[in-house]
Amino acid sequence: MSAGLDQPAERAGLTGSAALTSEVAAYVARLARIELSAGELDRFAKQLGAVLEHASQVNALDTGDVEPTAHPLPLRNVLRKDEPRPSLERDAVLAEAPASEDGCFKVPRILAEER
Amino acid sequence: MTTGSPTPGVTRSAHEIARAVRNGDESALSVLQEHLEAIGSIDGEVHAFITLLDDQARSDAAEVDRRVAAGEDPGPLAGVPVALKDNLCTSGVPTTCASHILGSWRPPYDATVVERVRAAGAVIVGKTNMDEFAMGSSTETSAFGPTCNPLDLSRVPGGSSGGSAAAVAAGMVPLALGSDTGGSVRQPAAYCGVVGVKPTYGAVSRYGLVAFASSLDQVGPIARSVADAALLLDVIGGHDALDSTSLDRPPSRYAESLCLLDAGGHAPGEELVAGLHVGIVEELVAGADPLVARSVRAAAESLASYGATVDDVSIPELAYGLPAYYLIAPAEASSNLARYDGVRYGSRVDGPDVEAMNRATRAAGFGDEVKRRIMLGTYALSAGYYDAYYGKAQRVRTLIIDAFSAAYQRFDVLLGATAPTTAFPMGAKVDDPLSMYLSDVCTVPSSLAGHPAISVPFGRAEDGLPAGVQVLAPALGESVMLKVAAAVEAAGASIAPEPK
Repeated sequence: MSAGLDQPAERAGLTGSAALTSEVAAYVARLARIELSAGELDRFAKQLGAVLEHASQVNALDTGDVEPTAHPLPLRNVLRKDEPRPSLERDAVLAEAPASEDGCFKVPRILAEER
Repeated sequence: MTTGSPTPGVTRSAHEIARAVRNGDESALSVLQEHLEAIGSIDGEVHAFITLLDDQARSDAAEVDRRVAAGEDPGPLAGVPVALKDNLCTSGVPTTCASHILGSWRPPYDATVVERVRAAGAVIVGKTNMDEFAMGSSTETSAFGPTCNPLDLSRVPGGSSGGSAAAVAAGMVPLALGSDTGGSVRQPAAYCGVVGVKPTYGAVSRYGLVAFASSLDQVGPIARSVADAALLLDVIGGHDALDSTSLDRPPSRYAESLCLLDAGGHAPGEELVAGLHVGIVEELVAGADPLVARSVRAAAESLASYGATVDDVSIPELAYGLPAYYLIAPAEASSNLARYDGVRYGSRVDGPDVEAMNRATRAAGFGDEVKRRIMLGTYALSAGYYDAYYGKAQRVRTLIIDAFSAAYQRFDVLLGATAPTTAFPMGAKVDDPLSMYLSDVCTVPSSLAGHPAISVPFGRAEDGLPAGVQVLAPALGESVMLKVAAAVEAAGASIAPEPK
């Protein structure tokens, strides 16, 4: 199941143009872990294609020797004093989880069974 | 003039209420009661609130009254009813982000801004409606249904902080908090005819604000006057050790400086802006509807009559703000929203294995707009596309910041429209995401630069709806920005009195 997530973009049909096929939308939906119907994939592909076409306007600007900005502030490492202080109550946090057991979050099985 | 306008609400300012409560002239409980009655008669039609907190508000108001009776000062917002956008965490109170995926989640802590508002004596009356996870410009993507514009119920209030703007505009509260990632405080403020501030990035703590795009998100005040917005900004701003992007600065005192000027009656526009150099940004006016562009020009003329020097300026790079924003913000969102996986909080749809559970949970819990943004961001960040989209947008972001810096060498503040149109009809853009995104075209440049900006109503456009004028300033230029905004406000009130 999860093998598909390592698939290179090209093999899923991600090539060149901004046009978004519903196959590419399906690949992206899998990366984003959202289950979508064929109808939704088709609709989103069209809508996102239009947005991407608009977004490709950024290509009109020459950014050859421009540094990228990830953040509007000059980034620096922020350190606080290493003093112990109380964290959130474990029970209060777990009470908000969909499922918990023995002080842990509980999820369905992660590893597939041997076949 | 407008169709189906509901009952008028309370019009008193936050300054007035806090003064009366601090002096013991009026009880916080009676102020609260008056506002709860307004909410009761208006909100059935407007739907600004997702959650009302009457009981908690009554006990908070009683505590303010007890402190006044004991000779203590409850603070600068004593007894002032405040509404919070529902993406601000409130301890033990549902915080939905207007999404089904959070289910009935009750945060185990308060956002820093919530703590500060309460510590200043304010009474929190409820949590307001919004576009789901703040993604939208009309409050129509809320999982709990849209909010109506209180000035014309057939129109949107703007978004994503539409519930907060509508609650203030309708007189249900004098003050509200919203969040602004690409215009989500300023644009709804413009559509509803109120004041909305997007502070400098880092000026207000983001701790407890549910993250959308972390390099852009800022909490900001919405009020019916510039002075009231400044009062709330002073309370929420200042350093917070819990937010590593919080600027290490002392608390601001913007309201005081505006109100000192107001002491002898109305703030004379001359004292606020004489000698300032104001630039009208062509790119923030040219694409706007003539109704709105005319308001910006008229506001600029008023500033000139007060002694400011006003010139046109072109900043061509700003035209690339919108396309860059709609790559950067969804990219950050796709990463931030990965946490809604049915494991630690909110709703879960079961599946045979953890990945199936994740997919089913996210399919059922997120609405269409959130799914689209996550898909867009995932695509922009995916292998083979990162450089062409996200990397390119980050470089364009640098060019926009540099272009602003050059403009601020010449100008103290810049002026433009807040949004290209006045409030549009409900349903007009829901099926066309790109046209919805275009309503953010005037607000995203300041967001990308991390600069402060404010929307001030300037009379009514010819369609009877308010037009927002945007004042932009360089990083940490809130003081001059608020003064110019106060002058625009004074001029707008004198040329076009609010219809009674």
